[in-house]
Amino acid sequence: MSLWEYANPAKFMALSGRILPTLTIGAAVLLFGGLIWGFFGTPADYKQGSTVKIIFLHVPTALMAINAWIMMLVASLIWLVRRHHVSALAAKAAAPIGMTMTLIALATGAIWGKPMWGTYWAWDPRLTSFMILLVFYFGYLALWEAIEDKDTAADLTSILCIVGSVFALLSRYAVNFWSQGLHQGASLSLDKEQHVDNAFYFPLLVCIGGMVLLFITLVLVRTRTEIRARRLGALRAREV
Amino acid sequence: MKSLILRDLKLAFRSGGGFALTLAFFLIVVMFVPFGVGANLELLSRIAPGILWIGALLSCLLSLDRIFQLDWEDGTLEALATSPIPLSGIATAKACAHWITTGLPITIAAIPLGYLLNLPTDAYTWLIASLALGTPALSFIGAFGAAITVGIKRGGLLLSLLVLPLYIPTLMLGAQVVATGTQNPAQLLALVAAISLLSIALIPPACAIALRANLR
Repeated sequence: MSLWEYANPAKFMALSGRILPTLTIGAAVLLFGGLIWGFFGTPADYKQGSTVKIIFLHVPTALMAINAWIMMLVASLIWLVRRHHVSALAAKAAAPIGMTMTLIALATGAIWGKPMWGTYWAWDPRLTSFMILLVFYFGYLALWEAIEDKDTAADLTSILCIVGSVFALLSRYAVNFWSQGLHQGASLSLDKEQHVDNAFYFPLLVCIGGMVLLFITLVLVRTRTEIRARRLGALRAREV
Repeated sequence: MKSLILRDLKLAFRSGGGFALTLAFFLIVVMFVPFGVGANLELLSRIAPGILWIGALLSCLLSLDRIFQLDWEDGTLEALATSPIPLSGIATAKACAHWITTGLPITIAAIPLGYLLNLPTDAYTWLIASLALGTPALSFIGAFGAAITVGIKRGGLLLSLLVLPLYIPTLMLGAQVVATGTQNPAQLLALVAAISLLSIALIPPACAIALRANLR
Protein backbone atom coordinates (compact mmCIF):
# COMPACT_ATOMS: atom_id res chain seq x y z
CA MET A 1 0.00 0.00 0.00
CA SER A 2 1.64 3.21 -1.07
CA LEU A 3 0.66 6.66 -2.21
CA TRP A 4 1.42 5.70 -5.81
CA GLU A 5 -1.57 3.38 -5.90
CA TYR A 6 -3.77 6.46 -6.23
CA ALA A 7 -2.03 7.20 -9.49
CA ASN A 8 -4.42 4.59 -10.84
CA PRO A 9 -7.37 6.69 -12.04
CA ALA A 10 -9.96 4.17 -10.82
CA LYS A 11 -8.47 4.10 -7.32
CA PHE A 12 -8.13 7.88 -7.37
CA MET A 13 -11.78 8.29 -8.36
CA ALA A 14 -12.92 5.95 -5.59
CA LEU A 15 -10.84 7.63 -2.89
CA SER A 16 -11.58 11.20 -3.96
CA GLY A 17 -15.28 10.39 -4.25
CA ARG A 18 -15.21 9.08 -0.69
CA ILE A 19 -13.43 12.02 0.91
CA LEU A 20 -14.96 14.84 -1.13
CA PRO A 21 -18.13 15.34 0.97
CA THR A 22 -16.11 15.60 4.20
CA LEU A 23 -13.62 17.98 2.57
CA THR A 24 -16.39 20.16 1.16
CA ILE A 25 -18.14 20.44 4.52
CA GLY A 26 -14.83 21.09 6.28
CA ALA A 27 -13.88 23.82 3.80
CA ALA A 28 -17.31 25.47 4.09
CA VAL A 29 -17.36 25.37 7.91
CA LEU A 30 -13.82 26.67 8.33
CA LEU A 31 -14.10 29.34 5.67
CA PHE A 32 -17.51 30.67 6.70
CA GLY A 33 -16.67 30.32 10.38
CA GLY A 34 -13.32 32.03 9.96
CA LEU A 35 -14.69 34.84 7.82
CA ILE A 36 -17.64 35.51 10.16
CA TRP A 37 -15.34 35.36 13.18
CA GLY A 38 -12.89 37.63 11.40
CA PHE A 39 -15.42 40.15 10.17
CA PHE A 40 -17.63 40.40 13.26
CA GLY A 41 -15.63 38.95 16.12
CA THR A 42 -12.46 41.03 15.91
CA PRO A 43 -11.95 44.65 16.97
CA ALA A 44 -11.21 47.36 14.43
CA ASP A 45 -7.53 48.29 14.16
CA TYR A 46 -6.60 51.57 15.83
CA LYS A 47 -5.05 52.93 12.67
CA GLN A 48 -6.66 51.03 9.83
CA GLY A 49 -10.21 50.89 11.16
CA SER A 50 -12.37 48.09 9.83
CA THR A 51 -10.46 47.89 6.52
CA VAL A 52 -7.96 45.64 8.29
CA LYS A 53 -10.51 42.82 8.07
CA ILE A 54 -9.82 42.30 4.39
CA ILE A 55 -6.74 40.46 5.65
CA PHE A 56 -8.96 37.42 6.24
CA LEU A 57 -9.50 37.11 2.52
CA HIS A 58 -6.27 38.65 1.24
CA VAL A 59 -3.71 36.59 3.13
CA PRO A 60 -5.27 33.12 2.57
CA THR A 61 -5.81 33.71 -1.16
CA ALA A 62 -2.30 35.11 -1.60
CA LEU A 63 -0.89 32.12 0.23
CA MET A 64 -2.85 29.67 -1.91
CA ALA A 65 -1.94 31.51 -5.11
CA ILE A 66 1.69 30.62 -4.47
CA ASN A 67 0.99 27.17 -3.04
CA ALA A 68 -1.12 26.29 -6.07
CA TRP A 69 1.89 26.95 -8.28
CA ILE A 70 4.10 24.86 -6.00
CA MET A 71 1.56 22.05 -6.17
CA MET A 72 1.57 22.31 -9.97
CA LEU A 73 5.35 22.15 -9.90
CA VAL A 74 5.34 18.97 -7.81
CA ALA A 75 2.62 17.40 -9.96
CA SER A 76 4.56 18.32 -13.11
CA LEU A 77 7.70 16.70 -11.78
CA ILE A 78 5.76 13.56 -10.89
CA TRP A 79 4.31 13.48 -14.41
CA LEU A 80 7.70 13.87 -16.07
CA VAL A 81 9.36 11.26 -13.86
CA ARG A 82 6.65 8.65 -13.32
CA ARG A 83 4.15 9.38 -16.12
CA HIS A 84 1.05 9.22 -13.91
CA HIS A 85 -1.82 10.77 -15.83
CA VAL A 86 -3.69 11.78 -12.68
CA SER A 87 -0.72 13.92 -11.73
CA ALA A 88 -0.69 15.82 -15.03
CA LEU A 89 -4.44 16.32 -14.83
CA ALA A 90 -4.21 17.57 -11.24
CA ALA A 91 -1.66 20.18 -12.34
CA LYS A 92 -3.99 21.22 -15.14
CA ALA A 93 -6.90 21.34 -12.69
CA ALA A 94 -5.03 23.51 -10.18
CA ALA A 95 -3.96 26.22 -12.63
CA PRO A 96 -7.26 28.12 -13.05
CA ILE A 97 -7.83 27.95 -9.29
CA GLY A 98 -4.38 29.36 -8.62
CA MET A 99 -4.97 32.08 -11.20
CA THR A 100 -8.27 33.01 -9.54
CA MET A 101 -6.60 33.13 -6.12
CA THR A 102 -3.94 35.44 -7.57
CA LEU A 103 -6.63 37.69 -9.00
CA ILE A 104 -8.55 37.77 -5.70
CA ALA A 105 -5.36 38.58 -3.78
CA LEU A 106 -4.54 41.41 -6.20
CA ALA A 107 -8.10 42.75 -6.11
CA THR A 108 -8.48 42.66 -2.32
CA GLY A 109 -5.04 44.22 -1.98
CA ALA A 110 -6.05 47.04 -4.34
CA ILE A 111 -9.32 47.62 -2.47
CA TRP A 112 -7.41 47.80 0.81
CA GLY A 113 -4.62 49.86 -0.69
CA LYS A 114 -6.84 52.73 -1.84
CA PRO A 115 -7.87 53.95 1.65
CA MET A 116 -4.61 52.93 3.34
CA TRP A 117 -1.83 53.75 0.87
CA GLY A 118 -3.90 56.22 -1.11
CA THR A 119 -3.45 54.18 -4.27
CA TYR A 120 -4.91 51.04 -5.81
CA TRP A 121 -1.64 50.01 -7.32
CA ALA A 122 2.02 50.65 -6.68
CA TRP A 123 5.04 49.01 -8.29
CA ASP A 124 6.04 47.45 -5.02
CA PRO A 125 8.08 44.22 -5.05
CA ARG A 126 5.30 42.06 -3.60
CA LEU A 127 2.59 43.53 -5.78
CA THR A 128 4.77 43.24 -8.85
CA SER A 129 5.66 39.65 -8.03
CA PHE A 130 1.98 38.81 -7.92
CA MET A 131 1.39 40.47 -11.26
CA ILE A 132 4.26 38.39 -12.63
CA LEU A 133 2.79 35.24 -11.11
CA LEU A 134 -0.46 36.08 -12.89
CA VAL A 135 1.21 36.26 -16.31
CA PHE A 136 2.93 32.93 -15.60
CA TYR A 137 -0.49 31.42 -14.94
CA PHE A 138 -1.77 32.96 -18.19
CA GLY A 139 1.05 31.41 -20.20
CA TYR A 140 0.65 28.01 -18.57
CA LEU A 141 -3.11 27.92 -19.17
CA ALA A 142 -2.74 29.15 -22.74
CA LEU A 143 -0.27 26.37 -23.50
CA TRP A 144 -2.69 23.70 -22.22
CA GLU A 145 -5.37 25.11 -24.51
CA ALA A 146 -3.13 25.31 -27.57
CA ILE A 147 -2.00 21.69 -27.89
CA GLU A 148 -4.30 18.97 -29.08
CA ASP A 149 -2.42 15.83 -28.20
CA LYS A 150 -2.98 15.24 -24.48
CA ASP A 151 0.35 13.66 -23.60
CA THR A 152 2.36 16.23 -25.54
CA ALA A 153 0.39 18.97 -23.80
CA ALA A 154 1.12 17.43 -20.42
CA ASP A 155 4.84 17.13 -21.24
CA LEU A 156 5.20 20.66 -22.52
CA THR A 157 3.18 22.31 -19.76
CA SER A 158 5.15 20.36 -17.16
CA ILE A 159 8.49 21.51 -18.49
CA LEU A 160 7.14 25.05 -18.80
CA CYS A 161 5.99 24.89 -15.18
CA ILE A 162 9.44 23.80 -14.02
CA VAL A 163 11.39 26.36 -16.03
CA GLY A 164 8.75 28.97 -15.19
CA SER A 165 9.19 28.27 -11.48
CA VAL A 166 12.90 29.01 -11.71
CA PHE A 167 12.32 32.28 -13.50
CA ALA A 168 9.36 33.25 -11.31
CA LEU A 169 11.62 32.80 -8.30
CA LEU A 170 14.35 34.86 -10.00
CA SER A 171 11.80 37.59 -10.72
CA ARG A 172 10.70 37.53 -7.09
CA TYR A 173 14.20 38.45 -5.98
CA ALA A 174 15.04 40.63 -8.98
CA VAL A 175 12.19 43.02 -8.11
CA ASN A 176 13.88 43.75 -4.80
CA PHE A 177 16.71 45.39 -6.72
CA TRP A 178 14.31 47.24 -8.88
CA SER A 179 11.91 48.97 -6.54
CA GLN A 180 11.42 49.92 -2.94
CA GLY A 181 8.71 48.29 -0.88
CA LEU A 182 5.41 49.74 0.25
CA HIS A 183 3.91 46.46 1.39
CA GLN A 184 4.26 45.56 5.06
CA GLY A 185 6.33 42.58 6.17
CA ALA A 186 4.95 39.11 6.71
CA SER A 187 1.75 39.02 8.76
CA LEU A 188 2.44 35.48 9.85
CA SER A 189 5.56 33.80 10.96
CA LEU A 190 6.35 30.87 13.13
CA ASP A 191 8.45 32.85 15.57
CA LYS A 192 6.39 35.17 17.69
CA GLU A 193 8.66 38.18 17.07
CA GLN A 194 6.71 39.71 14.25
CA HIS A 195 3.18 38.79 13.53
CA VAL A 196 -0.29 40.19 13.94
CA ASP A 197 -2.07 40.34 17.29
CA ASN A 198 -3.69 37.15 18.56
CA ALA A 199 -7.15 38.68 18.08
CA PHE A 200 -6.47 38.56 14.32
CA TYR A 201 -4.08 35.64 14.32
CA PHE A 202 -6.50 32.86 15.27
CA PRO A 203 -9.38 33.74 12.92
CA LEU A 204 -6.75 34.22 10.21
CA LEU A 205 -5.43 30.72 10.82
CA VAL A 206 -8.98 29.36 10.54
CA CYS A 207 -9.47 31.21 7.25
CA ILE A 208 -6.19 29.88 5.90
CA GLY A 209 -7.19 26.36 6.91
CA GLY A 210 -10.53 26.85 5.18
CA MET A 211 -8.83 28.14 2.02
CA VAL A 212 -6.46 25.16 1.96
CA LEU A 213 -9.40 22.76 2.22
CA LEU A 214 -11.31 24.73 -0.41
CA PHE A 215 -8.32 24.50 -2.74
CA ILE A 216 -7.96 20.73 -2.23
CA THR A 217 -11.70 20.27 -2.76
CA LEU A 218 -11.71 22.28 -5.97
CA VAL A 219 -8.61 20.54 -7.31
CA LEU A 220 -10.15 17.13 -6.60
CA VAL A 221 -13.44 18.09 -8.26
CA ARG A 222 -11.68 19.50 -11.31
CA THR A 223 -9.33 16.51 -11.57
CA ARG A 224 -12.31 14.19 -11.45
CA THR A 225 -13.93 16.23 -14.21
CA GLU A 226 -10.77 15.98 -16.30
CA ILE A 227 -10.58 12.21 -15.78
CA ARG A 228 -14.20 11.82 -16.78
CA ALA A 229 -13.67 14.03 -19.83
CA ARG A 230 -10.70 11.86 -20.78
CA ARG A 231 -12.77 8.69 -20.39
CA LEU A 232 -15.54 10.19 -22.47
CA GLY A 233 -13.04 11.06 -25.16
CA ALA A 234 -11.70 7.50 -25.14
CA LEU A 235 -15.23 6.07 -25.42
CA ARG A 236 -16.02 8.36 -28.34
CA ALA A 237 -12.79 7.47 -30.08
CA ARG A 238 -13.64 3.78 -29.73
CA GLU A 239 -17.04 4.24 -31.39
CA VAL A 240 -15.75 6.00 -34.47
CA MET B 1 27.85 21.26 -33.38
CA LYS B 2 30.15 23.78 -34.99
CA SER B 3 28.87 22.89 -38.42
CA LEU B 4 25.32 23.24 -37.14
CA ILE B 5 26.02 26.75 -35.91
CA LEU B 6 27.71 27.59 -39.22
CA ARG B 7 24.77 26.21 -41.15
CA ASP B 8 22.30 28.30 -39.15
CA LEU B 9 24.44 31.39 -39.58
CA LYS B 10 24.66 30.86 -43.35
CA LEU B 11 20.91 30.41 -43.53
CA ALA B 12 20.33 33.57 -41.54
CA PHE B 13 22.68 35.64 -43.66
CA ARG B 14 21.75 34.29 -47.07
CA SER B 15 18.01 33.70 -46.94
CA GLY B 16 16.67 37.23 -46.92
CA GLY B 17 18.35 38.36 -43.76
CA GLY B 18 16.58 37.67 -40.50
CA PHE B 19 19.58 39.57 -39.25
CA ALA B 20 18.86 42.89 -40.98
CA LEU B 21 15.15 42.62 -40.20
CA THR B 22 15.86 42.37 -36.49
CA LEU B 23 18.03 45.46 -36.55
CA ALA B 24 15.48 47.40 -38.60
CA PHE B 25 12.81 46.45 -36.10
CA PHE B 26 15.03 47.54 -33.22
CA LEU B 27 15.57 50.91 -34.90
CA ILE B 28 11.85 51.38 -35.48
CA VAL B 29 10.90 50.50 -31.88
CA VAL B 30 13.47 52.96 -30.54
CA MET B 31 12.40 55.59 -33.06
CA PHE B 32 8.76 55.25 -32.04
CA VAL B 33 9.38 56.21 -28.44
CA PRO B 34 10.11 59.90 -29.12
CA PHE B 35 7.06 59.87 -31.41
CA GLY B 36 5.01 58.57 -28.51
CA VAL B 37 6.35 60.53 -25.56
CA GLY B 38 7.68 63.66 -27.25
CA ALA B 39 11.20 64.77 -28.11
CA ASN B 40 12.07 66.09 -24.65
CA LEU B 41 15.78 65.26 -24.40
CA GLU B 42 15.81 65.20 -20.61
CA LEU B 43 12.94 62.74 -20.43
CA LEU B 44 14.45 60.62 -23.22
CA SER B 45 17.81 60.38 -21.51
CA ARG B 46 16.06 59.19 -18.35
CA ILE B 47 14.01 56.47 -20.06
CA ALA B 48 16.67 55.52 -22.64
CA PRO B 49 18.02 52.45 -20.76
CA GLY B 50 14.55 50.96 -20.45
CA ILE B 51 13.67 51.70 -24.06
CA LEU B 52 16.88 50.18 -25.39
CA TRP B 53 16.40 47.07 -23.27
CA ILE B 54 12.74 46.66 -24.21
CA GLY B 55 13.64 47.27 -27.85
CA ALA B 56 16.37 44.62 -27.67
CA LEU B 57 13.96 42.20 -26.04
CA LEU B 58 11.20 42.72 -28.62
CA SER B 59 13.60 42.46 -31.56
CA CYS B 60 14.90 39.24 -30.07
CA LEU B 61 11.34 37.95 -29.70
CA LEU B 62 10.62 38.69 -33.34
CA SER B 63 13.11 36.19 -34.69
CA LEU B 64 12.53 33.40 -32.15
CA ASP B 65 10.10 31.34 -34.21
CA ARG B 66 12.84 30.95 -36.83
CA ILE B 67 15.04 28.97 -34.45
CA PHE B 68 13.19 25.67 -34.86
CA GLN B 69 10.13 26.36 -37.03
CA LEU B 70 11.67 26.03 -40.50
CA ASP B 71 13.73 22.96 -39.57
CA TRP B 72 10.61 21.44 -38.08
CA GLU B 73 8.55 22.05 -41.20
CA ASP B 74 10.99 20.54 -43.68
CA GLY B 75 11.95 17.62 -41.44
CA THR B 76 15.53 18.71 -40.76
CA LEU B 77 14.83 18.67 -37.06
CA GLU B 78 13.90 14.98 -37.15
CA ALA B 79 17.11 14.23 -39.03
CA LEU B 80 19.06 16.21 -36.47
CA ALA B 81 17.34 14.36 -33.64
CA THR B 82 18.68 11.06 -34.97
CA SER B 83 22.21 12.44 -35.28
CA PRO B 84 24.87 11.57 -32.68
CA ILE B 85 24.67 15.04 -31.10
CA PRO B 86 22.24 15.02 -28.16
CA LEU B 87 19.14 17.18 -28.54
CA SER B 88 20.32 19.55 -25.84
CA GLY B 89 23.49 20.09 -27.88
CA ILE B 90 21.38 20.92 -30.92
CA ALA B 91 19.36 23.37 -28.86
CA THR B 92 22.57 24.97 -27.59
CA ALA B 93 23.95 25.32 -31.10
CA LYS B 94 20.73 26.87 -32.36
CA ALA B 95 20.50 29.27 -29.44
CA CYS B 96 24.14 30.30 -30.03
CA ALA B 97 23.44 30.91 -33.70
CA HIS B 98 20.39 32.96 -32.72
CA TRP B 99 22.52 35.02 -30.35
CA ILE B 100 25.15 35.69 -33.02
CA THR B 101 22.49 36.85 -35.47
CA THR B 102 20.41 38.92 -33.02
CA GLY B 103 21.98 39.48 -29.60
CA LEU B 104 25.37 40.53 -30.92
CA PRO B 105 24.14 42.97 -33.62
CA ILE B 106 21.60 44.39 -31.16
CA THR B 107 24.36 45.08 -28.65
CA ILE B 108 26.38 46.92 -31.29
CA ALA B 109 23.40 48.76 -32.74
CA ALA B 110 22.42 49.95 -29.27
CA ILE B 111 25.35 52.40 -29.31
CA PRO B 112 24.11 54.66 -32.14
CA LEU B 113 20.54 54.21 -30.92
CA GLY B 114 21.69 55.37 -27.50
CA TYR B 115 22.78 58.65 -29.12
CA LEU B 116 19.32 59.02 -30.63
CA LEU B 117 17.83 58.74 -27.16
CA ASN B 118 20.36 61.08 -25.56
CA LEU B 119 21.74 58.40 -23.27
CA PRO B 120 24.21 59.93 -20.74
CA THR B 121 27.79 59.41 -21.91
CA ASP B 122 28.94 57.49 -18.83
CA ALA B 123 26.14 54.97 -19.32
CA TYR B 124 27.48 53.52 -22.60
CA THR B 125 29.94 51.14 -20.99
CA TRP B 126 27.20 49.75 -18.79
CA LEU B 127 24.79 49.58 -21.71
CA ILE B 128 27.16 47.50 -23.84
CA ALA B 129 28.19 45.33 -20.91
CA SER B 130 24.62 44.65 -19.79
CA LEU B 131 23.38 43.90 -23.30
CA ALA B 132 26.39 41.72 -24.12
CA LEU B 133 25.95 39.72 -20.92
CA GLY B 134 22.14 39.77 -20.90
CA THR B 135 21.24 38.91 -24.50
CA PRO B 136 22.53 35.30 -24.27
CA ALA B 137 19.82 34.74 -21.65
CA LEU B 138 17.26 36.17 -24.09
CA SER B 139 18.38 33.81 -26.87
CA PHE B 140 18.44 30.70 -24.68
CA ILE B 141 15.11 31.42 -22.97
CA GLY B 142 13.69 32.23 -26.38
CA ALA B 143 14.94 28.94 -27.78
CA PHE B 144 13.06 27.20 -24.99
CA GLY B 145 9.85 29.02 -25.91
CA ALA B 146 10.44 28.18 -29.58
CA ALA B 147 11.02 24.51 -28.72
CA ILE B 148 7.74 24.36 -26.82
CA THR B 149 5.63 26.02 -29.50
CA VAL B 150 7.31 24.44 -32.53
CA GLY B 151 4.49 21.95 -33.09
CA ILE B 152 1.71 24.49 -32.76
CA LYS B 153 0.20 26.05 -35.85
CA ARG B 154 0.11 29.83 -35.57
CA GLY B 155 2.03 29.63 -32.33
CA GLY B 156 3.61 33.07 -32.64
CA LEU B 157 1.35 34.85 -30.19
CA LEU B 158 1.53 31.99 -27.72
CA LEU B 159 5.32 32.07 -28.02
CA SER B 160 5.35 35.70 -26.88
CA LEU B 161 2.99 34.95 -24.00
CA LEU B 162 5.24 32.13 -22.81
CA VAL B 163 8.59 33.81 -23.33
CA LEU B 164 7.94 37.37 -22.15
CA PRO B 165 7.26 36.43 -18.50
CA LEU B 166 10.52 34.48 -18.50
CA TYR B 167 12.34 37.61 -19.72
CA ILE B 168 11.22 39.66 -16.70
CA PRO B 169 14.24 39.18 -14.40
CA THR B 170 16.74 39.82 -17.21
CA LEU B 171 14.95 43.00 -18.25
CA MET B 172 14.57 44.28 -14.69
CA LEU B 173 18.21 43.83 -13.77
CA GLY B 174 19.63 44.63 -17.21
CA ALA B 175 17.86 47.97 -17.53
CA GLN B 176 18.69 48.78 -13.93
CA VAL B 177 22.42 48.39 -14.64
CA VAL B 178 22.26 51.17 -17.24
CA ALA B 179 19.87 53.46 -15.37
CA THR B 180 21.35 56.62 -13.89
CA GLY B 181 21.57 56.78 -10.13
CA THR B 182 21.99 53.05 -9.68
CA GLN B 183 24.07 52.52 -6.57
CA ASN B 184 26.09 49.51 -7.50
CA PRO B 185 25.84 48.67 -11.21
CA ALA B 186 28.68 46.15 -11.15
CA GLN B 187 26.80 43.98 -8.68
CA LEU B 188 23.65 44.07 -10.84
CA LEU B 189 25.74 43.33 -13.91
CA ALA B 190 27.07 40.24 -12.17
CA LEU B 191 23.48 39.18 -11.52
CA VAL B 192 22.60 39.68 -15.19
CA ALA B 193 25.55 37.51 -16.15
CA ALA B 194 24.39 34.96 -13.58
CA ILE B 195 20.96 34.78 -15.21
CA SER B 196 22.62 34.21 -18.60
CA LEU B 197 24.83 31.46 -17.22
CA LEU B 198 21.86 29.86 -15.47
CA SER B 199 19.89 29.94 -18.73
CA ILE B 200 22.77 28.43 -20.67
CA ALA B 201 23.06 25.62 -18.12
CA LEU B 202 19.38 24.99 -17.48
CA ILE B 203 17.59 25.68 -20.75
CA PRO B 204 19.16 23.18 -23.22
CA PRO B 205 17.98 20.07 -21.31
CA ALA B 206 14.53 21.62 -20.98
CA CYS B 207 14.59 22.35 -24.72
CA ALA B 208 15.51 18.72 -25.35
CA ILE B 209 12.50 17.50 -23.35
CA ALA B 210 10.21 19.90 -25.19
CA LEU B 211 11.57 18.95 -28.62
CA ARG B 212 11.35 15.25 -27.84
CA ALA B 213 7.72 15.65 -26.79
CA ASN B 214 6.99 17.54 -29.99
CA LEU B 215 8.80 15.05 -32.21
CA ARG B 216 7.02 12.03 -30.76
